Amino acid sequence: MFYYTRWKAAAIVLSAFVVCMFAFPNLLPEKTVESWPKWAQRHIVLGLDLQGGSHILLEVDSNFVRREQVENVRDDVRRVLREARIGYTGLVVRGNTVEVRIRENASIEPALVKLRELSQPLGGILAGSTQRNIDVSADGNLIRLTVNEAAIQDRIRQSVEQSIQIIERRVNELGTVEPLIQRQGADRVLVQVPGLQDPTRLKELLGRTAKLDFRMVDSSISPEQAVQGRVSAESEVLYSSTAPKTPYVIERRVLVSGSELTDAQPGFDQRTNEPIVSFRFNSAGARRFAQATQENVGRPFAIVLDNEVISAPVIREPIIGGSGQISGSFTVQSANDLAILLRAGALPAPLTIMEERTVGPGLGQDSIESGKMASYIGAALVVIFMIATYGLFGVFANIAVAINVCMIFGVLSLLNATLTLPGIAGIVLTVGIAVDSNVLIYERIREEVRAGRTAINAIDAGFSRALSTILDSNITTFIAAAVLFYIGTGPVRGFAVTLGIGILTTVFTAFTVTRLIVATWVRWRRPKHVPI
Amino acid sequence: MRLLRIVPDDTKFDFMRFRRISFPISALASIAAIALYFFIGLNFGIDFKGGTLLEVRSLSGPADLAKMRASLTSLDLGDVQLQQFGGPTDVLIRIAEQPGGDAAQQAAVQKVRAALGEGIDYRRVEVVGPRVSNELLSYGVIGLGLAIFGILIYLWFRFEWQFALGAMLANVHDLVLTLGFMALFQIDFDITSIAALLTILGYSLNDTVVIYDRIREMLRRYKRMPMPDMLNASINSTLSRSIITHVTTSLALLALYMFGGTAIHSFAATMLFGVVLVGTYTSIFIAAPILIYLGVGYGREHGKGDDAETKARP
Repeated sequence: MFYYTRWKAAAIVLSAFVVCMFAFPNLLPEKTVESWPKWAQRHIVLGLDLQGGSHILLEVDSNFVRREQVENVRDDVRRVLREARIGYTGLVVRGNTVEVRIRENASIEPALVKLRELSQPLGGILAGSTQRNIDVSADGNLIRLTVNEAAIQDRIRQSVEQSIQIIERRVNELGTVEPLIQRQGADRVLVQVPGLQDPTRLKELLGRTAKLDFRMVDSSISPEQAVQGRVSAESEVLYSSTAPKTPYVIERRVLVSGSELTDAQPGFDQRTNEPIVSFRFNSAGARRFAQATQENVGRPFAIVLDNEVISAPVIREPIIGGSGQISGSFTVQSANDLAILLRAGALPAPLTIMEERTVGPGLGQDSIESGKMASYIGAALVVIFMIATYGLFGVFANIAVAINVCMIFGVLSLLNATLTLPGIAGIVLTVGIAVDSNVLIYERIREEVRAGRTAINAIDAGFSRALSTILDSNITTFIAAAVLFYIGTGPVRGFAVTLGIGILTTVFTAFTVTRLIVATWVRWRRPKHVPI
Repeated sequence: MRLLRIVPDDTKFDFMRFRRISFPISALASIAAIALYFFIGLNFGIDFKGGTLLEVRSLSGPADLAKMRASLTSLDLGDVQLQQFGGPTDVLIRIAEQPGGDAAQQAAVQKVRAALGEGIDYRRVEVVGPRVSNELLSYGVIGLGLAIFGILIYLWFRFEWQFALGAMLANVHDLVLTLGFMALFQIDFDITSIAALLTILGYSLNDTVVIYDRIREMLRRYKRMPMPDMLNASINSTLSRSIITHVTTSLALLALYMFGGTAIHSFAATMLFGVVLVGTYTSIFIAAPILIYLGVGYGREHGKGDDAETKARP
């Protein structure tokens, strides 16, 4: 009954010991642990509130993706109808639909045939899906092309994935340790960068789309006239990136885009010593750029970044080497940033910062100190109180709680869990609560003694009767911790984790460790009365 | 060594007598808490209200609050609050949510950084946009509801429905009082407070469950004992445990409150109030006697307390 077989006792000791040992790597310097096998390297990660760093929740602008997708369809319609020499009027975008009116009734059928070709199977040709991305319908001479919701969602998903890759590349350029970049929900990306002193630069890097285009300047109309609204459909008015904002008329057609860059590096102009960004195209880009510059010698072209004109130099001679440089009143920092952005590639859609939480390293260190302080004092108070109340059995309880805390750290390490300041609070609270299981047992033993049982009987009955209560009372708190884990983020989730793990280890130690200690003591001393 | 006995072994305190006092007191306190909630209101933090919170430290001696306030007020960012925080060099700045969506919040932080200039260490910057704050609030409310529901279901499985209902009524009353406390002292109500509330819920129930467990055991063992006597006996026999556990919990929470740093100060304060003050009282004076009204042990002999009640009636 109350005695344990050797095997059972060994199993208990061993399992507690193994779990505790998982906490061991946390005590060693990182260098030592790095040489260990992977499975032994598990350790607790300090939360951003303790080690300092930035938590930034970004949203991919899904409306932009949606709009862009529909506008692409509109441009395709224009191109297709023009190539087929079909006259049309009123080409407009309405929500997810592009509408166009065909001038002559005879052309409606051929137009429909051509436009239906725009519709692609969803997920690419290889996906084998029967659903197509555009629904084409005709109503008299009005043709409607609707981009369906599945296609839009598909594109949004792709955009988010692409954004994550580009964000990763940009964040890695900052040279920080272990940044975390994670998708959240349909269109959000969570970026956590530990140990960042000032997130301003990170936010600047993330806040730019970095869509770079080389386009021709439209010289058929002066910028002044264009601003007044007389610009053709093939061109648009863009402004310079630096103050004063001067208008330029730029052709919509893109000669070469930033996606064809293979490299970009910051540097200095050899003559003026101004910061510049030099770049290199891939072979296709280089060929196109060479051809475009050959055809347009003497005319100005524009380097457009995120719909702003960085510079608009005149092409003096064909550029055939596939490399070039951008100058445009950069500082060293901005040239460096632009080079990073160009190397990392353009975001498919703009990002918005929805939430930012940054903790400086100073506050993090202070929090670690105060967390430690509170833990030591809290633990010391509880230990003293337990000994004062239960004497020897209080010591047993304290041993059990110490093992309990070791096991919490072991499980946290095993899960590579994040320890936050509220998480530390959860552990301190667990110390306060873990002794409760001992209190329940001891008080029950006291009662059983009062009821007239012998010492050993009373101890046995005390344990077995208290255990169901311990289970019941801990499950309620565990439910609360589980809910908290589910709804919480960051520090609060850290609290839920330590609280939940604390409850599990508390129940475990109450059922096994405490019982084993007391059983061993009973066997050794054969007590006539219980000293509590 | 003589051991500490907080509760003497043969304590037979008549707790049931107090139910005629404790129920009205709780009702009044709950009404007061709800009134506080509606008239003063909770001090919503940026988690739920959106906006910006900056914890800054002046690197050149004590912070000049008046000067900082003047330069920040001139930025025209709406409601800007400054508050000494911890030491004399530390200032907590709260800026209300800016109209114009997520991007506008970021722009406001840039302005503040520019206005405060050099010589400032930004120890903490939190910016919560309008959509995230709405989501956090609904998560918080859903979470509380979910936890209450989940625990109710669990207790219903383990006990009879009267016990589940009694425990829930008692502990929702705890939450109401804690919310009143937070409104009264204008403690920042943020996602950490939801954590505190859920913990309070968990631990108050823990306490209640221990007493209920005993009541259930007594109900089986003593088939004829009048209900009030039996509840009294149950509470008395678990009293020592209740008090010892609350001492250890409060010791741990006190350490957190006093030494845990400013970041979890209000978290610890809320839990001290909820777990230690309210939780203990509720388990003994509300959760146990409420079982009588919910019809547990119906058909047993009326206890002394109930006789007195019958006589008092005209």
